[in-house]
Amino acid sequence: MQTWTTAAYLIAALLFVISLAGLSRHETSRSGVLFGIAGMTIALVATAIVALSSASALGIALLLVALVLGAAIGLWRARVVEMTGMPELIALMHSFVGLAAVLVGWNGYLEVESGHLQLAGSLLGIHHGEVAIGVFIGAVTFTGSIIAYLKLSAKIASAPLMLPGKNALNLGALVVFAALTVWFVITPALWILAVLTVVALLLGLHLVASIGGGDMPVVVSMLNSYSGWAAAASGFLLGNDLLIITGALVGSSGAYLSYIMCKAMNRSFLSVIAGGFGATSSTAAAVEGEHREVTADGVAELLANASSVVITPGYGMAVAQAQYPVAELTRKLRDAGVEVRFGVHPVAGRLPGHMNVLLAEAQVPYDIVLEMDEINDDLAATDVVLVIGANDTVNPAASEDPGSPIAGMPVLKVWEAKDVIVFKRSMATGYAGVQNPLFFRENTQMLFGDAKERVQDILAALPVPSR
Amino acid sequence: MSDTEETSGPALRVGVVAESTKGETRVALSPETTAKVIGLGYAVAVESGAGAHAGFEDAAYAEAGAEVVAGPVWDADVVLMVNAPQPDEIPQLRSGATLIAMLAPRFEEERTAALTAAGVTALSMDAVPRISRAQSMDVLSSMANIAGYRAVIEAAHAFGRFFTGQVTAAGKVPPAKVLVAGAGVAGLAAIAAANSLGAVVRATDPRAEVADQVKSLGGEYLPVEVEQEASTDGYAKATSEAYDKRAAEIYSEQAAECDIIITTALIPGRPAPTLITAADVASMRPGSVIVDMAAAQGGNVEGSVAGEVVTTEHGVTIIGYTDLAARLPAQASQLYGTNVLNLLKLMTPGKDGHLVLDLDDTVVRGITVAHAGETLWPPPPVSVSAAPAAQPAAAPVEKEPEKERSPLARALPGVLGAVALFLVTAFAPPELAGHLTVFVLAIVIGFYVIGNVHHALHTPLMSVTNAISGIIVVGAILQLGTGGNGLVIALAAVATLLASINIVGGFAVTRRMLQMFTRS
Repeated sequence: MQTWTTAAYLIAALLFVISLAGLSRHETSRSGVLFGIAGMTIALVATAIVALSSASALGIALLLVALVLGAAIGLWRARVVEMTGMPELIALMHSFVGLAAVLVGWNGYLEVESGHLQLAGSLLGIHHGEVAIGVFIGAVTFTGSIIAYLKLSAKIASAPLMLPGKNALNLGALVVFAALTVWFVITPALWILAVLTVVALLLGLHLVASIGGGDMPVVVSMLNSYSGWAAAASGFLLGNDLLIITGALVGSSGAYLSYIMCKAMNRSFLSVIAGGFGATSSTAAAVEGEHREVTADGVAELLANASSVVITPGYGMAVAQAQYPVAELTRKLRDAGVEVRFGVHPVAGRLPGHMNVLLAEAQVPYDIVLEMDEINDDLAATDVVLVIGANDTVNPAASEDPGSPIAGMPVLKVWEAKDVIVFKRSMATGYAGVQNPLFFRENTQMLFGDAKERVQDILAALPVPSR
Repeated sequence: MSDTEETSGPALRVGVVAESTKGETRVALSPETTAKVIGLGYAVAVESGAGAHAGFEDAAYAEAGAEVVAGPVWDADVVLMVNAPQPDEIPQLRSGATLIAMLAPRFEEERTAALTAAGVTALSMDAVPRISRAQSMDVLSSMANIAGYRAVIEAAHAFGRFFTGQVTAAGKVPPAKVLVAGAGVAGLAAIAAANSLGAVVRATDPRAEVADQVKSLGGEYLPVEVEQEASTDGYAKATSEAYDKRAAEIYSEQAAECDIIITTALIPGRPAPTLITAADVASMRPGSVIVDMAAAQGGNVEGSVAGEVVTTEHGVTIIGYTDLAARLPAQASQLYGTNVLNLLKLMTPGKDGHLVLDLDDTVVRGITVAHAGETLWPPPPVSVSAAPAAQPAAAPVEKEPEKERSPLARALPGVLGAVALFLVTAFAPPELAGHLTVFVLAIVIGFYVIGNVHHALHTPLMSVTNAISGIIVVGAILQLGTGGNGLVIALAAVATLLASINIVGGFAVTRRMLQMFTRS
């Protein structure tokens, strides 16, 4: 590889770093994306020039077709995706990176076999080791992401899969992988690589299948990290520094993001990476009681007389596509002089920051959208809290019932407010499958039905501001 | 013990009696709470003029749906009062009726006996157990809150100066210094009120765990640096000798310095402890004011007289009012009424106007003094405490041993990791060593670069990193270029396709998302 490609890769890597740094603040986020695109373009052009100089006509044709087709599909998906469908899309895209890493790994081996790549001695051994690791991480990412996608799009049940001895299964898969890798390095054979791939695919499947739906935001972020490591492994395989740098950047930033979220949910980071952490056995106290219902008119009256309102949205708002009427309600109340703020739990929704994206889509100004820690102390002085489609993130059992499966998880203390209105389709439990004593509190009233329709009803019943 | 009573038939009649206790200004239900009691299915009868002192007119009760009756309504099924009935009033209660009032069963054994003899079910509002569930019925808290506020107002009234510091054309005024002894509900209310008037507020309390509460209301907590056990029942306990000695020193120091002292120290079932000695009082500047909120129980201040205002020869005013809450009659009646309402809500599960006495319920059992001719006082102890109290004390104890062993234990994984990394890199071929260097440094950069990511940007950040991890396309393209084998080319083409979906889709969707973020 010539020096100029190395130079191009260096510039691209720097642009990626700047891009990620830019993405951590609102003011610089848009330019951050542009830096990322620029870096990617430089990397692609440089690589294409190198590849074209040695490729066959067929190779060139395939390259162009694949790039153009991929770009078209990507653009199309990006344009039509609903903001509520974002978690699924991202999970699916992670699986692409995983699969690509598997394919690149296999190719790395096939090239040696076909005699295209000449390596000798320890270098060959290392190369084969890199093939095994790259394929392994890629395959885990691939099936893991597919399962996450299926769970998020509700194509399969989100309840955690509970196989007996699941930790032993995971650990066993790792041991088998290590053994196969050693074997493969010593006596390379296609079938060993195939078995290794299957083991990795199964591990990825089991890892994510055993995680309950409530923990999906962490899983998506974790898979993001895995896809980075997969790219980095391919970089080692190909001896390509750009892949290594970029993969490591994505891998470590994704891991850190997962870590932040684990802290928010009071989970151990290690047990998340190991999978199956959503499956603690529970001795939760049974919650029984009587809930009280309220009508949309009643809520409208309550809101009209309130001086401060906090809205805590959850995945239910996304499902019902209620963000637009909610934004409309926010505008109307703010025009009437009511202080409206949003309290977003770090793991609300199925993706970190999911609620922020939805509210932004509906043009809710981002400076009234606050984090849990920013708003929790103010909730006691709040007149009305609207809980729209959130459940586990506002569950008082987390702080009051040590036997609850979500015990210790920081939650939005909505029950401290004067009145709490809970929008819910029915009395079913939340994603984590935990009953919520909030519904039976004296200051809680339930508004049943589709969140979007109910918010529209409230809008209709809300008196027109007199000022 | 199970003694659940199911009543049927017409809804019960709730009677609100005008208070006969001298100086009492409160009334058991405000018109607002009356309407809500009616909402529970009860019929409400109010004695004419019952709310007059609290500013609630008969008409307001009538408008709320109550029947206004000329004489006392002793014949009601449920009689609501603030204070206990006088000895001559008890026999007028109907046998089998329920009386809800502040009965002080801890002190008034005779009254308890009389109520038992009358065959009434007597529920004492001031005996509500201190558990979270019962907070909404705790009249001691709600009255203490009012009393604490009023104590500051009384002090301000008697104090010849501003509370707040000012710099005016006519000279500089220093802020008043207020000491609040005891940071219970009354103490905290006093701290908040004094602070909002602009005074410099200090507070003492044997329970070190209230320090944060004091601070949150703008006061400064003066700790007494002596070993002290944590409270388990939510009330302050009697204190140890060493503690008392140190505390006395603090009070002496503060008395010499402060302009206003408000004492709130009460120990259940015992006379109030003396905190401020006559010598302390004498050391205060003339014009200073002391409000002794414990005057009714013997007083925290030497020289205070229950129900009276005393001025010492040094010009220090000692206020010993025992009716501070009643001096805010409208507010006190409203809060008392809400407490009663919450109790009725608890005891009216059917919301059908029928009172159910569930003696298995800790709250109900705790307040039941007499029922069906039997004295049920005292109730079995409630060990469920209002105790986040124990936690602050316990936490540091747990942490300490961890810290002892931590320097070595924490360093160990790091050292091992460094050694492993060193060995791997040292024995790797030069090319791999170079890659490893790049790899490790990139990991570190990845960590720091997103260190302070804004929560709202998690999703865009993730979709950009997703797009960037499509960089694997570089590998696929290179293989596409160099691969001779048909299979290799085919696999590489598929990989290129997948990765480019990722890149373009990821960037495009991120841009779409970011365009939506706006600031108001």
